[in-house]
Amino acid sequence: MSLDVEYAFDEFFRDETFVDDFTYRNSPAAIRRFPFPFDRDDYMYSVNMEPHVPGRKGSVFEKTFDVDEHYVSEMRDRARILAKDPLRCQSLPHMTLAGWDLLELIMESKAREYPQWFSLTKNGDRWRWINRPLGIDHSFTFLDETTLPCGPMEYITRQTQGDFTLQDEREGTLWVDAGMVTTQADWSLDFDIGMNFHEWHAPVPLAHEKGIFDRALKFLLKLQHGAPVRRFNWTMTVNPLLDTAPETYPEWGYMRTTLNQENMGHMMHLRVELQALFRLPRSNAIAFSIRAYLGKFEELVTVPKWGRRLHRVVRDIHPDLAAYKGFLRNRDAMAEWLSSYDDGAPTSPGWWPED
Amino acid sequence: MTKTEFPPSIRSRPVYGELEPRAGIFHLIVADGEGADAVIALFAKAADAASMLAKSHILYTAGPNGTDEWDRIAALGAAQAQKAASVPTLLFRLARVLQDVQMGTQIYLTGTEGLMGQAERDIMALGFPHSDIQKEHRGSTVRRVQCVHCKGVTENVRTDPFQCSHCGLHLFVRDHYSRRLAAFQGVNIDAEDRGQVPPPVERFR
Repeated sequence: MSLDVEYAFDEFFRDETFVDDFTYRNSPAAIRRFPFPFDRDDYMYSVNMEPHVPGRKGSVFEKTFDVDEHYVSEMRDRARILAKDPLRCQSLPHMTLAGWDLLELIMESKAREYPQWFSLTKNGDRWRWINRPLGIDHSFTFLDETTLPCGPMEYITRQTQGDFTLQDEREGTLWVDAGMVTTQADWSLDFDIGMNFHEWHAPVPLAHEKGIFDRALKFLLKLQHGAPVRRFNWTMTVNPLLDTAPETYPEWGYMRTTLNQENMGHMMHLRVELQALFRLPRSNAIAFSIRAYLGKFEELVTVPKWGRRLHRVVRDIHPDLAAYKGFLRNRDAMAEWLSSYDDGAPTSPGWWPED
Repeated sequence: MTKTEFPPSIRSRPVYGELEPRAGIFHLIVADGEGADAVIALFAKAADAASMLAKSHILYTAGPNGTDEWDRIAALGAAQAQKAASVPTLLFRLARVLQDVQMGTQIYLTGTEGLMGQAERDIMALGFPHSDIQKEHRGSTVRRVQCVHCKGVTENVRTDPFQCSHCGLHLFVRDHYSRRLAAFQGVNIDAEDRGQVPPPVERFR
């Protein structure tokens, strides 16, 4: 059973596409708040975790789950993908309680932080949820699956930007046992579901040898309820494809061969993942949100500091990382295009545009 | 014959040990092809092979390379032993046997990765932790590969790249392995440069 929605586009929520004619773009305000991930002029892996506490007003860190101008279109894109491939959303049988935990976390956060769009009213276990941008007004019984049109994780993540996975904790590690994954940087939930932390990260180069995953796991196992953490990850995406899934690689892979100096500015996107991790109260599972932001090169270079820095990062990155992130073949052309936005001036530390 | 040596790989690629007799109320043994040698070695290591055999059920089938050592398995004299016509046939019998398996049963898998992986998948589905299942690789290294695009599984893959037996795409074979699917992952090799497929190399035999 699916979710009945009525997409409410307005002067804030853009009506745009992430496939075919690719009408996705960022408003000038959205560019200013883009989560530029480089706080210095070079890049190497790090665990780079920090507490997920409210950040600067207007930034993507201000709220627990950022809702931006792309929200309604992203939810429409997710529904399109799920209709084609339901395996993008799966939950192993023991993960239903964690799904309810996630539903509660998201509904409470959104109703508190965005009262103009979301509302949650509780009368004991009878809850009423209103999502105005998606035209949903729904009463249900908390922890009673029969009162929802689909499982609790699917229900709430069809209404929340970003991919989600739910990790069960046992045997001293984390197991990715549920997820909603339609905006991913080339990994398959259907293949990876049921794997433990080191297994699902196995294909990542260099980081295992540096002990990154051992340290990250040790850190995450200590994660406490009420003290979420966040980090960045990033890659490059040709065209504003939120859905760069391995499943559909034959449909989008060739786009990487169509870049040139003329189309680079609007076709090449820096893809930034704002990842947040939450310990869930009933299930003791960990919810992992992976929110993808796409910024066109031509949009990012409107911030002079970012233009200079992006050029230096792309030019100097380790080739193994460029290969893993899928842009080694275009790296030199990208650096060439970006070089005209780098006058060699020093850049200030940190990622904020104006500092 | 010693167990197969695999080159070092990524953390999701399964590793295998050597079967060791463990105390148990019952011993369920699944093998194909050259796995027969590991089964025989297992009983040779048992302190009291006769009593272990009296509590053993062996499911055997020929290997993907045609190796059939059923006569040696039959000659062991286990309480129950059957030669299945194929891996799928063996798995049907295994599913029935698993319905009656009791706490305290020891499980041993040996032979090719395709057989061990599928048996492990079915056993895990009953809630049996994979770490409690003993596995020893013997014989052919051909792979069971899932096409990440059409989800079809191709058995006994010998070359890299190979052509998906379902959708026809040319796939390269990753070491990334899913225990839930009992398969390695195959990814389209010419998605970016369409039609540029390198000649297949026999990596698995």
